[in-house]
Amino acid sequence: MINLNFIYSELFLALSIMTLLIVGVFKKNSSILIYNLSIISLLICLALIFNFPINENVELFKNSYKIDYLSSFTKILLISSGVFVLFLSNKYVQIIDINKIEYPILVLSSILGMMVMVSSNDLILFYIGLELQSLSLYVLASFNRDNLLSSESGLKYFVLSALSSGLLLYGCSLIYGFSGSTNFFIIANNLTESSYGLTFGIVFILVGLAFKISAVPFHMWAPDVYQGSPTSVTAFFAILPKIAALTIFIRVLYVPFFNLINDWQMIIIFLSIASMLFGSIAAIGQSNLKRLIAYSSIGHMGYALAGLSTGTNQGIQSSITYITIYLFMNLAFFASILMLRRDDKYFENIEDLSGLSKHHPVLSFSFLIVLFSLAGIPPLAGFFAKFYIFTAVLEESMYFLAIVGLLSTVIAAYYYLRLIKIIYFDSEKEKYETNHNIGLKMSLLISTIFILFYFIYPSWLTEIIQNIIII
Amino acid sequence: MDFPILSSLILLPILGAIFIFFSKSNNNLTIKYLALFVSFANFILSLYLWYLFDTTTSEFQFLEERSWIKGFINYKVGVDGISILFIILTTFITPLCVVSVNDTIKNRLKDFLVAILIMESLMIGVFCSLDLVVFYLFFEGGLIPMFLIIGIWGGEKRVYSAFKFFLYTLLGSVLMLVAIISIYWMTGTTDVTYLYNIGIDAKYQNLLWLAFFSSFAVKTPMWPVHTWLPDAHVEAPTAGSVLLAAILLKMAGYGFIRFSIGLFPIASEYFVPLVYFLSLVAIIYTSLVALMQEDMKKLIAYSSVAHMGFVTLGIFTITQQGLEGSIYQMISHGLVSAALFLSVGVLYERIHTRLINNYGGLVSIMPKYAIIFMIFTLGAVGLPGTSGFVGEFLILMGAFKKSFLVATIASLGVILAAAYMLWLYKRIIFGIVINEKLNKLKDLSKTELFILSSLAFPIIFFGFYPEPILNTTEVSIKYLIEMYNNNINLNLIENK
Repeated sequence: MINLNFIYSELFLALSIMTLLIVGVFKKNSSILIYNLSIISLLICLALIFNFPINENVELFKNSYKIDYLSSFTKILLISSGVFVLFLSNKYVQIIDINKIEYPILVLSSILGMMVMVSSNDLILFYIGLELQSLSLYVLASFNRDNLLSSESGLKYFVLSALSSGLLLYGCSLIYGFSGSTNFFIIANNLTESSYGLTFGIVFILVGLAFKISAVPFHMWAPDVYQGSPTSVTAFFAILPKIAALTIFIRVLYVPFFNLINDWQMIIIFLSIASMLFGSIAAIGQSNLKRLIAYSSIGHMGYALAGLSTGTNQGIQSSITYITIYLFMNLAFFASILMLRRDDKYFENIEDLSGLSKHHPVLSFSFLIVLFSLAGIPPLAGFFAKFYIFTAVLEESMYFLAIVGLLSTVIAAYYYLRLIKIIYFDSEKEKYETNHNIGLKMSLLISTIFILFYFIYPSWLTEIIQNIIII
Repeated sequence: MDFPILSSLILLPILGAIFIFFSKSNNNLTIKYLALFVSFANFILSLYLWYLFDTTTSEFQFLEERSWIKGFINYKVGVDGISILFIILTTFITPLCVVSVNDTIKNRLKDFLVAILIMESLMIGVFCSLDLVVFYLFFEGGLIPMFLIIGIWGGEKRVYSAFKFFLYTLLGSVLMLVAIISIYWMTGTTDVTYLYNIGIDAKYQNLLWLAFFSSFAVKTPMWPVHTWLPDAHVEAPTAGSVLLAAILLKMAGYGFIRFSIGLFPIASEYFVPLVYFLSLVAIIYTSLVALMQEDMKKLIAYSSVAHMGFVTLGIFTITQQGLEGSIYQMISHGLVSAALFLSVGVLYERIHTRLINNYGGLVSIMPKYAIIFMIFTLGAVGLPGTSGFVGEFLILMGAFKKSFLVATIASLGVILAAAYMLWLYKRIIFGIVINEKLNKLKDLSKTELFILSSLAFPIIFFGFYPEPILNTTEVSIKYLIEMYNNNINLNLIENK
């Protein structure tokens, strides 16, 4: 008899998705109700994760589902950022009129997919989780279906993502052929020396995963999809799939294929360097804020991958720390963008920020904090994220990676500074509206405070993350 | 020591800044008095620190240590004879900056004062942190307020200058971060006092030294990476220029003494010729460039580069006189350059031009100004009887001990300094009044007179009586040099 109480949160989420769907279909005009109920069910789901001791380590369903510290921590991150994203898009979805019942339900099912994905210990289960997540995201990207850009971005994401899923699946089948199993543990036991077939399999899986976290050279979809999707969905795209994909990256590389580290380490280093450099250079010429943050997130994923390439627990922990801080920075950034509203119209071009500091000192201040933090200037949280990464990278004496990474932060600093210049130094434009919903304000407040005051006691996050031990 | 006096020095301005930021008052005068009160209280506190300071020991005093990132980095602060003077310089200059702020900064005075106070905290933090990571945090954190000060309240080309300032310094310092983390993995600590005792493997010192050097050289600034300084100075508002020249540049000089020489003695010895060369170029070349400037602020900015050339030269003679002279010169330059920028600010506020050609014959219109500007000019020239003389004299003495040629070339710089400063003075103050607008100028107001004379006083006082400064630094420098020579000798023995 399998002890189901370890997966209560997943079960609850699945059940509430179905219930909400039924309620939504039978009850007319229930979109706001469904929206609020989804937030509540996510909160309950969050509580259910704490239902058992969080540092417990169990495998369920014949070792194909693993609950450990890493998966629990990532689930907490996923659900809470899901809650925040729903909070901050509350008013947005109503104003641009995409507040259909499907919207929150798709968000929930995508989160469910991610939760399955981060816990999977088996290639097939991993694929199922990934697809559940991706399918929901395709629909979400094109949710504003009357908008040409939104439909385009959904289709684009679907076509490219399907291709990468195909590659991933092909890689899985190769791995199965060479190792005789889809279970991570058994693969790890059977694989002791590398062969061409295996390397191909690993490369295909890495390509699929790199696509999901938009690492260069598999990033082409990101700027268009970020720009085309409704802003609330972009916020979702920028945060949640990255957390989930990074976690499964860790799990795939460090559990089944750890013996073959020599085969994949160079690939990750290449992805990392390419993403860091490309992300910082390509963002310079952008004029749309969402497009800019797409390139910036490509760069940020490069740093997270740099931590992964080390092959040590230190490196994994630094990546997880990085993604946690990245979550808060992006949350604050999107909350700030969503505040640029005038006469029920949202503004998302860089020029719209011009002289913002004259009329909106507090909003500009949080922009300032977020942008300097994204640039990695001490003493803000973004600096510590990079600091941990480079500490882990330098422990393994990978000087080249560290120096390239740090130099690309200087390049990246340029476009963040440009935004600050536009906000603070340029002449002002019309005022924006200030009556925002409380969820948006709270999200911005919490994330800005986190970024600003993280330096006072940085140990608390490191102490939590120190318990993540994979190898 | 129970009372955490150093942490209070760091925290007080920040608390003041937070209070000012959230205060509802829109009355500029109230806000200004508040900021003045906070920064003046900090000055008094730092004087009390100097009073308590024990000059007979080279140990770090007023140590505070707290766990910060557990098992990794401790927040550790403390002062010795080298750093305490910079702290006092910082707390002395900041209230003067606050007083000097007037009508030129019309909009957002509140934000300006907040930025200045935060700057003060960070600069004090730089001078007293005894952990490399904490040092880096303060060192880099200063970029944010300074970028805003130049960018928001600066002149016409402020955006260009602010970007240049930020990116130059950031580029320099990222390599230092790599070096700091590498040191951590080599030795298991970033605690400076501990690192002094165990030393760093001679094999790696050269690379680490270069990484630190890249950061400090940009910040000093040394030739050929000095080009951000004239731009930043010219465009920054007066108070910003003062902070930049008087204190920010000193962070690098302090860094050379504390980290380059203290942590990497063998590499420092190896790179001495490089530093000599760059310093001499800075002294001679930038003096010549200063001679040809038409903009007063630019001229003073280039003279700063030249003066900092003396400082780096003195530091890397690694003699008692050279190092003491460098510190003396830094303090003196802090006072003199602050005074010069404030003096230029006085003129700029009146007729909004910084071009030397537009002035002339001020002596008959603004006699008080002419007198006080004379004092600062002579201080910058290094005339005996001003603090500038003591510093340059000691540095040249140290340099003569090491190399006759270097000292001779450096002495030429003193002559050039006299040339460009006196010529500047002549063109502004003497001659006939060409520009008719000048006739309407009012002489110094009481506030201006107060600010400038409170700078003139220490310049003359320390010119005649250098004892307090030399006495404070002596023991710590002696210890530093002893440590340095021990390391060099040990390395020689090992190599044999």
